[in-house]
Amino acid sequence: MKSEHKNAIVADKIATVILYCIAGFFLLLLAGFTAYIIVKGIMAYQPGIFSFERTGIGVELFNTVYLVLISLIISVPIGVGAGIYMAEYAKAGKVTNYLRICIETLSSLPSIVIGLFGYLVFIYMTGSKYNLFAGALAVSILSLPLLTTVTEDAIRAVPSIYKEGSLAVGATHWQTIVQICLPVATPRIITGVILAAGRGFGEAAALLYTAGMSSNVNLNIWNPFDPMSLLCPFRPGDTLALHIWALKTESMTPNADQIANFSAAVLLVLIFAFSLGSRLLGARLDRKMSGK
Amino acid sequence: MDKIKFDTKSLDLFYGDFQALKSINIKICENEVTAFIGPSGCGKSTFLRCLNRMNDLIDSVKMKGEIIFDDKDINGDIDVINLRTRVGMVFQKPNPFPMSIYENIAYGPKCQGLKDKTQLDTLVKESLTKAALWEEVKDRLNKSALGLSGGQQQRLCIARTIAMNPEVILMDEPTSALDPIATAKIEDLMSSLKKDYTIIIVTHSMQQAGRISDKTAFFLMGEIVEFDETPKIFTNPNDKRTEDYITGRFG
Amino acid sequence: MICLIEKLKKEYLGRSIVTLLGIVIILVTLSITGFLFYKGLGTFVTYNHSVWEFLFSSDWKPADNFDGGGKVGAAIFIVGSLLISFLALLIATPFSIASAVFMTEISPILGKKLLQPAIGIFVGIPSVVYGWVGLTVLVPAIAHVFNLPYGFSVLAGGIVLALMIFPTITSVSVDAIENVDNGYKEASYALGTTRWQYIYKVMLPSATSGILTGVILGLARAFGEALAVAMVIGKMQTFPDNILSATNNMTAEIASDMGNSAQGGEFNDALWSMALLLLIISFIFILIMRIIAKKGEEVK
Repeated sequence: MKSEHKNAIVADKIATVILYCIAGFFLLLLAGFTAYIIVKGIMAYQPGIFSFERTGIGVELFNTVYLVLISLIISVPIGVGAGIYMAEYAKAGKVTNYLRICIETLSSLPSIVIGLFGYLVFIYMTGSKYNLFAGALAVSILSLPLLTTVTEDAIRAVPSIYKEGSLAVGATHWQTIVQICLPVATPRIITGVILAAGRGFGEAAALLYTAGMSSNVNLNIWNPFDPMSLLCPFRPGDTLALHIWALKTESMTPNADQIANFSAAVLLVLIFAFSLGSRLLGARLDRKMSGK
Repeated sequence: MDKIKFDTKSLDLFYGDFQALKSINIKICENEVTAFIGPSGCGKSTFLRCLNRMNDLIDSVKMKGEIIFDDKDINGDIDVINLRTRVGMVFQKPNPFPMSIYENIAYGPKCQGLKDKTQLDTLVKESLTKAALWEEVKDRLNKSALGLSGGQQQRLCIARTIAMNPEVILMDEPTSALDPIATAKIEDLMSSLKKDYTIIIVTHSMQQAGRISDKTAFFLMGEIVEFDETPKIFTNPNDKRTEDYITGRFG
Repeated sequence: MICLIEKLKKEYLGRSIVTLLGIVIILVTLSITGFLFYKGLGTFVTYNHSVWEFLFSSDWKPADNFDGGGKVGAAIFIVGSLLISFLALLIATPFSIASAVFMTEISPILGKKLLQPAIGIFVGIPSVVYGWVGLTVLVPAIAHVFNLPYGFSVLAGGIVLALMIFPTITSVSVDAIENVDNGYKEASYALGTTRWQYIYKVMLPSATSGILTGVILGLARAFGEALAVAMVIGKMQTFPDNILSATNNMTAEIASDMGNSAQGGEFNDALWSMALLLLIISFIFILIMRIIAKKGEEVK
C-alpha cells in the first residue's frame, strides 16, 4: 500500500515533466519554424524584389490581396445571410438538417477537389482562360462553411434578453436581427471573416487550375476591362502561395529558391498581421459594445 | 365600473405536455395597477407573457381559450407587431440594447418608421422625463446605455417602453434585480404612470404588491385562486390558501 | 395594402433573402457532388473499367485521348494516401493529446497564454509554406540522416502532415476535455488519487468521443491535403518498400496531371474518379463523426 502510493506520486511527477517537455517542444518547434522562414526571407531580400517586374513579387502580392478581397465580397454576404437563416429562421426539420449536412460536406471537401470543380465549371464550361475571378469563386466556396458556422454561432450567442427587449417594443423579427443581433454579433463575425481571409491568402490547391500559375500584366494599362491590366479580375494571376509552388515545380528563373524564400516570409507576415489585427479589432469592438 | 382592457376567458396553456395555466379567467381594468403574486413556478410570469404574445418565442407552447384585448382575441388573427406596440413590456433583468441611451429610446419608434430628427428628439426627452431619468442622463445621451447603474438601466427600459406610447405596460418582476433605493424610485414611477397607462406587474414581493397595486391576483399552480381589490386580498381574503400565502405560511 | 408593403419591407423581404442564401449553399454543395459523380463515373461508364481495377490494380497507364483502352489502376495512389495519412496520425495524435492535457490540466495559464496562440499560428501557416520548409529542410535532413540519395519519402510526407493536423486534433481535444464534468475531478481527488491518475483513469476515458472526433477531423485534413505532400513525396509511381521510399498519393497525382490531360479523355476521367473517391472518403469521415457524436450523447 505504502509503496503503491509512492509509485503513484512518482508516476504523477514523471508524467508532469513529460507533458511540460512536450508543450515546450512544440513552442520551440513553432518558434524555430517561424524564425527559419522569416530569417531565410530576410536573407533572400534583394533590391527590387517587390517590383512588379518578372523578378519581383509585386504582382503576386497584389494578386493575393485582390483575389481574397473579391472572394470575401462574394462569400461574406452569402455566408452571413445563411448563418442568420440557420440561427434565426431555420426550424428543426428536414431542410435545416440537410443544410447542415451540406455545410459539413463543404467544409470537409479537400481544396483540390473544389479547385477541380472550379476548373470544370468556371473555366472549362464558360470557355474562359484561367482568371482571378474564377479563383476568387473557388476560394469563396472554401470559406462559405466557416463564415456560415461562425455567423450562426455568433448570433445564437446574443443574449436572449436583447431579442425580447426588441420584440417587446414592436420590432419585427427581421428588424431585431439586423439592428440588435447583428451589431452584437459583429466582433465574432469579423474574427471569422479575417480567419477566412487568412486561409484565402494561403490557399493554393484550389487555385492551381482556376486562377492559373502565372501573371502577365502591362502596368501602363489602367482600364480594368483590359485583360492586360493589373486591375482586371478576368486575367490569369498567381497568388503568393501559388507562386511558391510554381517556383518549386517549374522554376525557370535562376534565383527561384531566393524568391520562394522571400515569398514564404511575406506570406507569413501577411497572415500574422491579419490574425493579430483581428484579435485587436475584436477586443476593441467588444469593449465598445460593453460601454466601457 | 372602469373600462375593461383585458378580458381572459378560460385560458389553458401547455409547455409540451405540462399544463402551466389552467382555465384563467380575469378582467383587467384600464388605468389601474394590477399585481400578480404567488410562489415561483405558479404561472404568473407565463400569463403575463401571454398578454403581448411573448410566448410565441417558445416553440413548445400551446394555448386554448381567449384573451380579449379591446374587443379582439389576441390569439386570433391579429398583427402581433401592432399588439406589442400597444402592450409594452419591462423585463426582470434590465435589458438595454448595447447602443447609446438616445438610440435605445429611439429604437422602437424608428422600427415603426419614424425618421424625423426633431420628433425623435422630443420623444426621447419626453420619455426619459416621464421615466424620471432625464435629469440624470441628459448630458450623456450619446454614451452607451450599458454604462448606467442597474436602477437607471431599468428606468431606461421603462422609458423605452413609454416611447412607443403603449396603452398597457407589462412588468415582469421589474425590481427583483435592484437594490432598495432603486426599487423605491421605480415604485414611485409606477404610481405616477398609472394615470396614463394600464399597468400589470408580476412581483414576488407581497409588500410591493401592497404598496403599489389597486388589484391583486393570487396565482397558485397555474390557477388564479383569488382576484380582488388589493386591501381586501391583504386584510380579508376569501380563500384559505391566499391567507396562508399572505401570512407567510408557505411560499 | 399599405400594411402589406410595410410588412414586406420590415420582415418578409429580409427573411426571403436569407432563406435564399441558405438554399444557395445547398445548391453549391449539390452541384459539386453532382459534377463529381458525373465526371468521376466516366471511367466506369464511358471507358468501361471496373471499380475493382480502379481500386486494386496498380497498373496506371490511362490513355490521354477519347478512345480509352489504357489502364486505370489507382492502387498506388490510394495506398500512398492511406500510408501518409495514418503515419501522420500516428505521429500527431500522442503529441496532440499530451498538449491538450497540458493546456487544460497541467498549466491552464501557460496553455491559454502561450500554447493557444501558438496553435492558432500553426493553423494559419499555409500548406505550401509547410511544403516548402519540408522540401528545403526536412527532405535533405532525411537524406542525410538515413544516408539516402534523396529524402523524398513517406516519412517526410507523414511528418509534414503531422505538423499540419496537430493543431486540429489538439484544439478539438481541448474542447472535449473542458467538457468533462468538473465533479469527476473533485470526486477523484477526494478519493486521494494523484493528478495523473485522475487524468488517465477518469478524464481521458470520459473525453474519448470528443478526442476521437478530433482525430477523424485530422485524418480528413491529412487525406485532402495536396500541395504540401506533393512537394515532399517524390511522386514515384511505385508502392513504397518502407517509410523511407518515395511514392505518390491521390491529391498529388490530381494536382500534377489535371492540367496535362484533355478534358473528357480517359486520363482526365480517371483523375476525376480519384476526386470522387476523395469525396466519398470525406462522406465516410462525416458519417463516422456523426456516429461518434451520437454515441457520446447516449453515454451522457
